[in-house]
Amino acid sequence: MPTVRINDTETMLPEGARVLEAVAHTTGRELTDTGAPADGGRLGVAVALAGEVVPRSRWSATELSDGDALEIVTAVQGG
Amino acid sequence: MTPEPTTPQHSRAVPSLQVGDYILESRLIMGTGGITDLAALEKALRTSGTTLTTVAMRRYSPETKTSVFAMLERLGIDVLPNTAGCYTVKDTVLTAELAREALETNLIKVEVIADEQTLLPDVVETLEATEQLAERGFIPMVYTSDDPAAALRLEQAGAAAVMPLGAPIGTGLGILNPHNIELICSRASVPVVLDAGIGAASEAAQAMELGCEAVLVASAVTRAQDPEAMAAAVRLAVEAGWHSRRAGRIPQRRHAVASSPMEGIINPVEDLT
Repeated sequence: MPTVRINDTETMLPEGARVLEAVAHTTGRELTDTGAPADGGRLGVAVALAGEVVPRSRWSATELSDGDALEIVTAVQGG
Repeated sequence: MTPEPTTPQHSRAVPSLQVGDYILESRLIMGTGGITDLAALEKALRTSGTTLTTVAMRRYSPETKTSVFAMLERLGIDVLPNTAGCYTVKDTVLTAELAREALETNLIKVEVIADEQTLLPDVVETLEATEQLAERGFIPMVYTSDDPAAALRLEQAGAAAVMPLGAPIGTGLGILNPHNIELICSRASVPVVLDAGIGAASEAAQAMELGCEAVLVASAVTRAQDPEAMAAAVRLAVEAGWHSRRAGRIPQRRHAVASSPMEGIINPVEDLT
């Protein structure tokens, strides 16, 4: 079971977990393989792995390993 | 006999503005920070008539579920993500890439600050970030100082809009150097948007009169005692300022010029001069 840092918090994910599962875990939303919410609408979330953006189209193809650091961000009030 | 209905000589409608390949329908860009009451924010945004509104990018947390993004989507308002909180080119570019991925827009408000105390833009980092973002296909709308030389450099670096401050963020001090803002506007070949410093509606009108093509307002509305009422006032002010600019103001003079005829005055006094 890989332990990855998601937004600076150690998180245990199931074996073989991909970015897709990490996003689903963090947002509490069920996602299709394309990264879209299963219940429709837009997720409004982006992911960086080791300082590089992982496009949504790559979420289901990007497997996570122990010690990976993920940033999962969204829009908040500001400006 | 009833008089013929007259056709208005000019329309009150302010035309849309092109920023890069984006069409900005309303010339009042709003911010969403500085207010905790989301229902009050929604009212203010609706009343402002804005079609483009800023958001910041931050780590996802469970509380963000009822997000401002969902609200803007529901209101049909486009999002303008900013890079607030970034101090370096690297962070700015990563934040912009994340924003594009999350929000599916090429628009980015480039905001690279020098320090927390003044929140003044770091123009050196801003210039480099603007160049990189333009190369990556973004539409950079660039927050900068009121320095006319810097504004030109940003334009050359690929800024789709130059957004000088009137005064530091959140101060409500208005336009501290109107001469510089006017100079920036007069030389720019991309739209100039006044960003930051506005405290009341009159200053939004002044920005438009100086030649700005649009105005970005956050705190002046969101921290006003009645945000919705201030949103209405600023909306009208932007419109009024746009018309005033095109109407062509009279030159400023040191001495009075009479507007009533001097001839035919009864018992004219002797010329005392």
